[in-house]
Amino acid sequence: MSSCIPHSWGRRPPSQPRQLIACRDTQILPLPDEPLTCLPFGNGRSYGDVGLNNGGALLLTRRLDRFIAFDPTLGVLRAEAGVLLSEILALIVPQGWFLPVTPGTRFVTLGGVIANDVHGKNHHLAGSFGRHVRAFELLRSDGKRLLCTPEQNSDWFQATVSGLGLTGLITWVEIELQRIANPWIVVENQRFGSLDEFLALDAEYESRYPYIVSWIDCAATGRALGRGIYMAGRHAPPGIFKSAPPDRRPLTVPLMLPISLVNQLSVAAFNRLYYHLPRPVRGLTPYPPFFYPLDNLQEWNRLYGRRGFFQYQCVIPPDHAREALLEMLARIAASGQGSMLAVLKRFGNQVSGGLLSFPRPGVTLALDFPNQGQKTLDLLDRLDEVTRQASGAVYPAKDARMSGDSFRRYFPRWAEFSRFVDPRFSSSLWRRVIGEG
Amino acid sequence: MRNILIIGATSAIAEATARHFAATGARFYLVGRNADRLAAIARDLEIRSGQPVHSESLDLDQLDQHPALLERASQALGGIELALIAHGTLPDQAACQQSVATTLAALHTNALSVISLATLLANDFERRGRGILIAISSVAGERGRQSNYVYGAAKGMVSLFLQGLRNRLFSKGVRVITVKPGFVDTPMTAAFEKKGLLWAQPDQIAQGIVAAVDRGRDEIYLPWFWRWIMLIIRQIPESMFKRMKL
Ligand SMILES: Cc1cc2nc3c(=O)[nH]c(=O)nc-3n(C[C@H](O)[C@H](O)[C@H](O)COP(=O)(O)OP(=O)(O)OC[C@H]3O[C@@H](n4cnc5c(N)ncnc54)[C@H](O)[C@@H]3O)c2cc1C
Ligand SMILES: NC(=O)c1ccc[n+]([C@@H]2O[C@H](COP(=O)([O-])OP(=O)(O)OC[C@H]3O[C@@H](n4cnc5c(N)ncnc54)[C@H](OP(=O)(O)O)[C@@H]3O)[C@@H](O)[C@H]2O)c1
Repeated sequence: MSSCIPHSWGRRPPSQPRQLIACRDTQILPLPDEPLTCLPFGNGRSYGDVGLNNGGALLLTRRLDRFIAFDPTLGVLRAEAGVLLSEILALIVPQGWFLPVTPGTRFVTLGGVIANDVHGKNHHLAGSFGRHVRAFELLRSDGKRLLCTPEQNSDWFQATVSGLGLTGLITWVEIELQRIANPWIVVENQRFGSLDEFLALDAEYESRYPYIVSWIDCAATGRALGRGIYMAGRHAPPGIFKSAPPDRRPLTVPLMLPISLVNQLSVAAFNRLYYHLPRPVRGLTPYPPFFYPLDNLQEWNRLYGRRGFFQYQCVIPPDHAREALLEMLARIAASGQGSMLAVLKRFGNQVSGGLLSFPRPGVTLALDFPNQGQKTLDLLDRLDEVTRQASGAVYPAKDARMSGDSFRRYFPRWAEFSRFVDPRFSSSLWRRVIGEG
Repeated sequence: MRNILIIGATSAIAEATARHFAATGARFYLVGRNADRLAAIARDLEIRSGQPVHSESLDLDQLDQHPALLERASQALGGIELALIAHGTLPDQAACQQSVATTLAALHTNALSVISLATLLANDFERRGRGILIAISSVAGERGRQSNYVYGAAKGMVSLFLQGLRNRLFSKGVRVITVKPGFVDTPMTAAFEKKGLLWAQPDQIAQGIVAAVDRGRDEIYLPWFWRWIMLIIRQIPESMFKRMKL
């Protein structure tokens, strides 16, 4: 049971859709009353306003959740766009297959994953999700259906992968899976004391491990600045004879807290503890805690209270990465607004498929900050200064506040993209970044 | 449970329920009237269950088709072990008040067609000395209210009919389960504003149905709190109830 007004994961900005329309099947595109615009709404795991349409209509896609075809010998899956990655995993893992790319939560829909062209811990090898999409169908408000593949209607393919839901409704998707021998992951953990150590570890591990992610202590200052934990993993080889990992029953944060439990004190304490927590250097773990550490605490965003929180995820090109990241960490530490879940990862050189794709060569840093009003917005603007100077970009899937000017610099193909926007589709984010002068 | 007949298989509640059975490798015979939607659901259940799925589209208002339908289903499955009757419509109460034909049509779909199917299935199960018959009624069938009494009367008829069947078949090894959902967020209720704690998702109802099968229940309210809400509503004296705006 939930109150049924859709909101984004960070609960920022607040938004009131005028109409909610539940899609029922892929046969028709139900449109809102004129002159309202509409926007597909997947599972609401984007943090900001990319999936919101304040004053307009939302097309709820979760009920488009049927499998259409699965070839267990070739590893090709076709499903409706509202199917969750968690449902796909439940089907394919027992049959020896895995997702080609997965974000840090499995509670996202195929449509949402394409619209943000998401990346995972294996970006340095596999690139973004769009590279593993064989085909999808795009349904436009005029009723036209476009079969899009990298070859057929390839301009629409490029616009819709990373299309932020604006090019029309994706009705179904066909993806390529990767073979696995079992559901286990071999992991290796290393502490690093500085950003330089992090970069050195990367050089050493990247060729050996397909999955890499680092946690970084952003409460640390002075000599500890840039310290963190490096986590690498790969699918276990055949011959691992552990029984199937038990499915732990997820806990749920039962109610919205009036104030945030995440504050300066708890962030500093958590970061210190997390850094020093003893952990095995090498081990074997079931895949869910490795890929989805937060999925076992459902609705964890409620811990941030009613005012919600902001995510900030940027990517900085390789040449400027070290200096820019140090500068950001210093600005964050100085602001006293720490982040619990600071994540660092190097993106590879694979070209992302979409006109507005976020992943590009460089280092990406993701942070979250409890919403403390203007103070937090000011800090994020100061981080944007650094990102802009370093010719980086900010991830729209996690943004609720970047300026239109910043967006257009980060995504220089926006004008080309805008020709593909469906005339009946719009979003809060799109009006925010394209509307203003 | 292996061989399952689902009548009204395009219903959101029925589809969610079928997925739970599919996860245990059930074989299905699906009946619904929208052929495209039915085909999509059949394909999905085949992938989830790893078993071939049979389906046929039929307007269930055609009562004379029911015997042949059940014959085909029984043939295809090699005997029906469990049947779920889920089809239904939510008639426009105001329109019913203005038209006897509309009222009778609503009663035909929501009561008579269910009773026709339940009778035939019950006789088949009785002959074979086994079987589980599940039908979706509603909390609306417990008391007549001005906003919804045509639908309520149909569901009340179904609930009462199933009670009688259960009583008749208890000694024959046949089980009858009456499902009484409250407000569920499905296409049937698309026109309602779905706010508040009373609204449930189809999968909650589905889980309740599967649990009722596993635990040998007879009548279930879903979600559970409706049992207590309806207990109170049934106690209100009619002299008071008639004055209420319900
Ligand atoms: C804990 C957590 C970890 C995360 N980790 C990562 C990560 O590692 N990497 C990463 O890249 N992202 C990550 N994300 C972000 C998340 O993967 C994306 O925001 C994703 O797009 C959310 O999918 P959704 O189904 O919830 O879609 P929503 O958030 O509801 O919508 C996202 C966008 O998709 C569009 N859309 C949805 N369905 C359709 C459709 N059928 N047709 C057309 N457009 C559609 C919407 O209009 C919207 O623009 C994470 C999020 C969380 C909460
Ligand atoms: N939703 C609620 O709040 C609620 C509450 C209590 C009880 N119920 C009961 O739950 C059951 C399932 O409903 P639901 O909520 O899942 O709604 P739903 O998704 O709208 O399902 C109803 C289904 O019945 C089918 N149907 C109607 N008349 C038919 C006919 N003559 N022949 C064949 N199929 C027919 C419809 O087919 P089409 O797809 O072709 O229209 C539809 O698929 C119904 O019996 C309903 O009364 C629902």
